[in-house]
Amino acid sequence: MEQKTDQKPTVLVDGREVTIDGERNLLELCRKANIDIPTFCYHSNLSVYGACRLCLVDVKGRGVVTSCTTIPEAGMEFKTTTGEIREMRKIAVELLLANHDMDCPTCPKSTTCKLQDLARKLGVREVRFRKTNRVEPIDRSSPSIERNPNRCVLCGDCVRMCDEVQSIGAIDFAYRGSECSVVPAFGKDLNTVECVHCGQCVAVCPTGALTPRSEIDAVWADIDNPKKVVVAQVAPAVRVAFGEQFGLAPGAAATGRMVAALRRMGFDQVYDTSFAADLTVIEEGHELLGRMASGEKLPIFTSCCPAWVKFSEQYFPELLPNLSSCKSPQEMFGSLARYILPKQLGVAPEDLVIVSIMPCTAKKFEAKRPEFQHDNIPGVDHVLTTQELITMTDAAGLNFPSLEPESFDMPLGFKTGAGVIFGSSGGVTEAVLRFAAEKVTGKPLTQVEFHEVRGNEGIREATVALGEASVRVAIVHGLANARALAERVRDGHAHYDVVEVMACPGGCVGGAGQPVSNDPGARAQRAKGLYEADRTTDLHKSQDNPMIREMYETWLGEPGGPLAHELLHTHYASRKRITDSDFTVLPSAEKRPVCVSVCVGTNCYLKGSQEILSKVLNHVETNHLHGAVEVKGTFCFENCGQAPNVAVNNQLIESATFEKVMEAVNEASCPAKSPA
Amino acid sequence: MNTAPAAPEAITATAAPSAPAEAGAERTRKFEKCVEVLNRYHRNPAKLIPILQEIQESYRYLPEEVLVFVATSVGLPPARVFGVATFYAHFTLKPKGKYVIRLCDGTACHVRASQPILDALRGRLSLTATEQTTPDMLFTVETVSCLGACGLAPVVVINEDVHGQMTPETAVALVDEICTKEQGA
Repeated sequence: MEQKTDQKPTVLVDGREVTIDGERNLLELCRKANIDIPTFCYHSNLSVYGACRLCLVDVKGRGVVTSCTTIPEAGMEFKTTTGEIREMRKIAVELLLANHDMDCPTCPKSTTCKLQDLARKLGVREVRFRKTNRVEPIDRSSPSIERNPNRCVLCGDCVRMCDEVQSIGAIDFAYRGSECSVVPAFGKDLNTVECVHCGQCVAVCPTGALTPRSEIDAVWADIDNPKKVVVAQVAPAVRVAFGEQFGLAPGAAATGRMVAALRRMGFDQVYDTSFAADLTVIEEGHELLGRMASGEKLPIFTSCCPAWVKFSEQYFPELLPNLSSCKSPQEMFGSLARYILPKQLGVAPEDLVIVSIMPCTAKKFEAKRPEFQHDNIPGVDHVLTTQELITMTDAAGLNFPSLEPESFDMPLGFKTGAGVIFGSSGGVTEAVLRFAAEKVTGKPLTQVEFHEVRGNEGIREATVALGEASVRVAIVHGLANARALAERVRDGHAHYDVVEVMACPGGCVGGAGQPVSNDPGARAQRAKGLYEADRTTDLHKSQDNPMIREMYETWLGEPGGPLAHELLHTHYASRKRITDSDFTVLPSAEKRPVCVSVCVGTNCYLKGSQEILSKVLNHVETNHLHGAVEVKGTFCFENCGQAPNVAVNNQLIESATFEKVMEAVNEASCPAKSPA
Repeated sequence: MNTAPAAPEAITATAAPSAPAEAGAERTRKFEKCVEVLNRYHRNPAKLIPILQEIQESYRYLPEEVLVFVATSVGLPPARVFGVATFYAHFTLKPKGKYVIRLCDGTACHVRASQPILDALRGRLSLTATEQTTPDMLFTVETVSCLGACGLAPVVVINEDVHGQMTPETAVALVDEICTKEQGA
């Protein structure tokens, strides 16, 4: 008996014995046995869907089943390739191609498209079915993501990613049968719904239906313009993924050759966003220590990730005061560069073009936020993803492996290891701890690596001792994890000093702008690459960065001081999830009715806004005020802390009661009523 | 038979001076009903379909703003609620007429010549396969894929009333009858 329990159960795959080692389904088992089973809709971190019908296997005694939905059982025998299975897979792909927009040469996903890859691998040479679909318009409303429904294969990967990993659900299946499509609510444009631009839908889309919005043409135009001085900043996570397209392993640093490529393309200066990350550490570190001293607005939530910032503005308005007021490194770089470079480089401010290279689609959205425009000039002009930079490298005809490595330009290209690890989940926290530890203890920190904050778990917690004091930190990545943690903080069930949030699994290394990777371990490898880069850098603490010190001495003054505050900090405002969604409960045909808008969003509802709404409606009815009063339900006044909110004409009533509202209504309608 | 649903504001707004007040009261009533339905189901997202069914009963369709309100109330993303509302043929996101004429085009009705009846009804009301509701919001003509009354084929159902063994002439006569009644009202 004992011997038996020690033996692991096995199955027979194509006549070969394979042990079951906790695999959840036959597909995972096949992958372990190095058999490449085709699939569109299977992702190990998403729920099993079974929609694409490609991962078929023939189980003895059961017939042909989808391997992703079949749980391994001891003694099971199955075949992964038979004439019948090959034919079925081929027909499935052929049917998908029949309704597919076959503009492959001009599709950004060409060569990395799974549909293309499978059609080739399965030997599909013709499509025998008649095209029946209609041409749907392309949604280019979002600054981050382009949605081309004509390339969608309805695998649902994006839908499950947005719902399960990011807990947003901005897109979903709608309609039915041949009409079925993946759309934002009511078929609206992506930019008008609750999408936070993280682009994880793009990262899992097997075809070119969801792709990053390209800004390549605009960047070339500025490079080609002799009047413009074009400077680049490169985010930390880019350097450990850029080389993947050119045959390097994920995580292998391609920094030097990437800088060389940028110069050869025509960028006048190449700087490092890690420098701005060092600056962020100093500013955010001061902010943290200040808040810990006063005990106010704790925990401090990081604000480097623009998808998280928009997420919290939509779902956690009550936590906005806790968000670090620091701009993200991208925007800190933008502000600082606009401030010092015109003088340093001798260029007219209007001729300075700042281009970011980011692993991220949400950074494109961030660069367009009105908070980061000053006198109609944005902090950053264009944001390219790692993928776009690769395309530009190819377009410029550069032979990447043969490039001689070069170094970043000074001073905005000099960084410490702390600024480099920003690209990995846990990196921001570790960098801030390296600063805070020295500041608190007043002694030099010798052991700079905080292994307790590293790792892959979606939610990590640690208490880090800084001399006498201790800091309670939490690190989350993936917005569903962030939502769970933020709810606990909001409801008083969890207490921390620092919470680091990254929207993408793994942090920025797993951003949607990174090269499409079929290697599930790529994110971990890239993170490893960043920590290696930190180890091989001479300086590991942002406060040791001589260029940062010089920056404060020459330009910025004190950390957190007036100029630092003006240039490097920002503010947030709660925002509606869906724009243009006011709900006219009681319309009025009159020219100037008294307009009562009652917020029926979650916060105000919980505080009794619906009762006020009912009472107002009853009052209008019993007093025959129809026409004189217009009543609307609205979905957020961006003032959730003072819920319930009601507006009468343009006057906002905080912590409203029915009596307060009627007082305002009577006041507003007095002049109109007096003749009667 | 239950009373006909109240006319939408598009008609009443120009009908009589007191009409806006009535339309306003009507909207208040519908909104209160909407809240009542949500509360009765404890804002449970698992009860989305019955919630939408009841709300559609009072509005006669599912207005976008109401769907957003329902989504917010039950804690689901609006895209999910939209997906459910567009999946089931029973739900409609477009306002329907006061009289919804459903013509059966199931197998039995089809072979007993339902198509000429459809052509006649659409011809009488100037409707098409895509334009299913008259501009005055009085009639909607749609087909269904079996009403389970094959013995009476071809069948027309107007709101809740079943009319069997129809011909193009008798179907149009039913429409004329309603028109006369409405004009007299």
